[in-house]
Amino acid sequence: MAQFVKKDDDRDEEAEYSPFLGIEKGAVLQEARVFNDPQLDSRRCSQVITKLLYLLNQGETFTKVEATEVFFSVTKLFQAKDIGLRRMVYLIIKELSPSSDEVIIVTSSLMKDMNSKTDVYRANAIRVLCRITDGTLLTQIERYLKQAIVDKNPVVASAALVSGIHLLQTNPEIVKRWSNEVQEAVQSRAALVQFHALALLHQIRQNDRLAVSKLVTSLTRGTVRSPLAQCLLIRYTSQVIRESSMNNQGGERPFYDFLEGCLRHKAEMVIFEAARAITELNNVTSRELTPAITVLQLFLSSSKPVLRFAAVRTLNKVAMSHPMAVTNCNIDMESLISDQNRSIATLAITTLLKTGNESGVDRLMKQITNFMSDIADEFKIVVVDAIRSLCLKFPLKYRTLMNFLSNILREEGGFEYKKAIVDSIVILIRDIPDAKESGLLHLCEFIEDCEFTYLSTQILHFLGVEGPKASDPSKYIRYIYNRVILENATVRASAVSTLAKFGAVVDSLKPRIFVLLRRCLYDNDDEVRDRATLYLNTLGGDGSVVETDKEVKEFLFGSLDIPLVNLETSLKNYEPSEEPFDISSVPREVKSVPLAEKKSAGKKPTALGAPAATPISTVDTYEKLLSSIPEFSSFGQLFKSSAPVELTEAETEYAVNVVKHIFDKHVVFQYNCTNTIPEQLLENVAVVVDASEAEEFAEVATKPLKALPYDTPGQTFVAFEKPEGTPAVGRFSNVLKFFVKEVDPSTGEVEEDGVEDEYQLEDSEIVAADYMLKVGVSNFRNAWESLGPDFERVDEYGLGPRESLSDAVSAVITLLGMQPCEGTEVVAGNSRSHSCLLSGVYIGNVKVLVRLSFGVDSSKEVAMKLAVRSEDESVSDAIHDIVAN
Amino acid sequence: MESCPSVKNILLLDSEGDRVAVKYYSDDWPTNNAKEAFEKSIFTKTQKTNARTEAEIAMLENNVVVYKFAQDLHFFVTGGDDENELILSTVLQGFFDAVSLLLRGNVDKKEALENLDLIFLCLDEIIDGGIILETDANVIAGKVASDSVDSGAPLSEQTISQALATAREHFTRSLLSG
Repeated sequence: MAQFVKKDDDRDEEAEYSPFLGIEKGAVLQEARVFNDPQLDSRRCSQVITKLLYLLNQGETFTKVEATEVFFSVTKLFQAKDIGLRRMVYLIIKELSPSSDEVIIVTSSLMKDMNSKTDVYRANAIRVLCRITDGTLLTQIERYLKQAIVDKNPVVASAALVSGIHLLQTNPEIVKRWSNEVQEAVQSRAALVQFHALALLHQIRQNDRLAVSKLVTSLTRGTVRSPLAQCLLIRYTSQVIRESSMNNQGGERPFYDFLEGCLRHKAEMVIFEAARAITELNNVTSRELTPAITVLQLFLSSSKPVLRFAAVRTLNKVAMSHPMAVTNCNIDMESLISDQNRSIATLAITTLLKTGNESGVDRLMKQITNFMSDIADEFKIVVVDAIRSLCLKFPLKYRTLMNFLSNILREEGGFEYKKAIVDSIVILIRDIPDAKESGLLHLCEFIEDCEFTYLSTQILHFLGVEGPKASDPSKYIRYIYNRVILENATVRASAVSTLAKFGAVVDSLKPRIFVLLRRCLYDNDDEVRDRATLYLNTLGGDGSVVETDKEVKEFLFGSLDIPLVNLETSLKNYEPSEEPFDISSVPREVKSVPLAEKKSAGKKPTALGAPAATPISTVDTYEKLLSSIPEFSSFGQLFKSSAPVELTEAETEYAVNVVKHIFDKHVVFQYNCTNTIPEQLLENVAVVVDASEAEEFAEVATKPLKALPYDTPGQTFVAFEKPEGTPAVGRFSNVLKFFVKEVDPSTGEVEEDGVEDEYQLEDSEIVAADYMLKVGVSNFRNAWESLGPDFERVDEYGLGPRESLSDAVSAVITLLGMQPCEGTEVVAGNSRSHSCLLSGVYIGNVKVLVRLSFGVDSSKEVAMKLAVRSEDESVSDAIHDIVAN
Repeated sequence: MESCPSVKNILLLDSEGDRVAVKYYSDDWPTNNAKEAFEKSIFTKTQKTNARTEAEIAMLENNVVVYKFAQDLHFFVTGGDDENELILSTVLQGFFDAVSLLLRGNVDKKEALENLDLIFLCLDEIIDGGIILETDANVIAGKVASDSVDSGAPLSEQTISQALATAREHFTRSLLSG
């Protein structure tokens, strides 16, 4: 350090003194030449290596040539006997990560160090060598590594074990051979050796459940010395518990006593690891939870922030599933609201919001108000979300909570934060009728001074839907028209739409709205002018107090129930002509592309080698295909095409699946056939369908396939007539008939003679779900209300015992073939009841909405309440018939 | 959570947020720019907190970061979202105390830069490729110091703590190996 000492005098003058001030890569690389001196100056060399490491650490990169040059000169330093220098050499070699041909240069030096008498050399040489080595070299040094694992020096053993953990990723087959040695090291009395050995042993055996279970069983009885190893053991134990609980339901949970015992360990990290493991057990009971919650509660009042954070974060997660278990900690939580660490305070507040009872809400909100001003936006969003859930839980408290939201809405904040607040208010208005009027006014005030166009337009749209239904719609007009005067074009346009909605619904306001809309005709933005013109015309020009047509209302308020992707495709395909674009021609089926792809990948296991001809799967292509066949062109518009249904087992001679195309008066079966025998050519392929079990269907046409060579999929069709509009169902038995000709696969020559043959296929079915299109709605509640209760049919059904609730839900969804809305197809784990919303379009273009309420009792009997609303009474009944049968 | 506890990075920054020594063990930050961006955001986020007596903790980009400050040095240890916070803080404490021992109690940027070789070796002894190698500050400092002090140097040049650490380590080793 002589160089540093020399500069001592300058220190006081230079505040920003640094030994690396003005350091430059080129100069340091020059300096690195000292490594080549015949008389090595160890101290100088160490300093130069430190400088090189400093450069690398600051993000400087060396070119390939530079790195190689440095590496080669560094290898010369193995001659020096200085321990300190050698350590620096190890470090720089690891940092330079030499290529495999360079590694050879140092291999022998490192292997010498691995067998040296100095433990520090041995441990470090192992780590360096394992870091830079590849598989071939590894087999050479394997013997030494196995010895090192059981070395009596813990530093050497740990070095070998940790290297083993890394090598397991790249050379698993070699490392797995060491398990005897590793097993021995697990018994080591050195704390960290045991930790490293346990980690490696588990990774070697992780795919062998039985072995992991044995390992855990033996260790939980024995003594584990280091807290780190104990934490590992807790993790492995939880894994064993998780896997064993799948098999044996009920009874004592294995190893729970061990976890509970760890709560009394002397190391905090072990106590915490065990407490967390208990809270994460599947279906944890409150009796099991209690001891874990108790230790976490103690941590809450610790002087260490890390401990408080860990505890409150875990309790916050527990509060989501077991709010009652956490209520004991509420007093400690409340004191954490004033915690210096804002992460802890936020977690404490959101936990309290989840566990609090109705009477405590007001007090809690007072505390939160003070707290909100000094936390960052990211925390505020978390709090806003928690408050929204609280309000939905205690609707009577909406006044306090709504006031709180409107207050924070007025304060400074970024877009994400404001959006979270606005979204929350909108949800509260929708779900709590009493909160509507005050909520709308808060939103109106907010847009008076809102800097985010996106939020303004969202709110204006929402006002247009909800405002006209309020007790005094006229009071909102001022706020909305102010936007037309003061805002940018996007907001102005959306304000015009909102005004029109008021005009359409509130007849008494119509004349005044017309005055306002006419003013908008002179706006300098064309979108604003266009909208004003459009609405003035649709609302019926003279602006007198008259009732608005139903059609106009539908136009203004109806949601666009066409998937935007489909609309986009159709618009792109539209060629300008005399004929206007017809929006009803846009396919309404929601395309689930990834699903279709998955299916097609799975269903052609027999398509050997040949470029798998992707089965035609999308509605558009089906439509094109069918209309190109003259026999079917008169059937009209295709209503729906089903997903392909396999009619043969996998790996059979002929692979056939069927796609059902539903038309108004017809059904077409499309059989996709693949011949998987290279020695055969099939000709005149057709499917003979017996429809005796499908009385309402009459066969009208067949279209056979001329030839079906090996591994080239082809299609044959059969068409049926059925009564118009009715959802006729039936079962069809299918036989594949064809003419076989032998083929020499080597030359491809076909023999002249052939024989007639047939092949039995599985039955196909037309079921009620085939008459249902999956069409989503954007806002189920609005759609439900607009359909009205006229054709509502409600009934209850028992579904019998089921594996799980989600099992029953998905079975009903499949049965009805409808589109689940708002993510309600997902059933929360453990829940005993569930509501599911479905929408669809029934044949004859009848919109159908379904509300399902499921409940399950202790004997796994599932009961279901089915409420249907549709535009047609008979369709509502038909849906019930589907379920009843 | 069946995996071994792991550390994603260890950072030693100065009071401006600039690097003194950093070490990354995870691919979450593939480029130097990504690393610097992470350092900048964790520095800004924690700058105003008081982490001088007790280690503090924060969440950043789905990571848990524990940190501690001393004079113009900021120590950070980052782990994954579901890592045991107390394990990370044990690593931090080990790093912090080992650096204090190696810098003979003068834990500031100037001293750290002048003994940067010791800091690098210290990092190397705490974590190997994300896996915790050692958390006991005395053992860590002992391994680093006993090697870097020239064997020929007179004993008086070693500080008491260093001597103590070295002695303790020899003692433990002889106990363990006996």
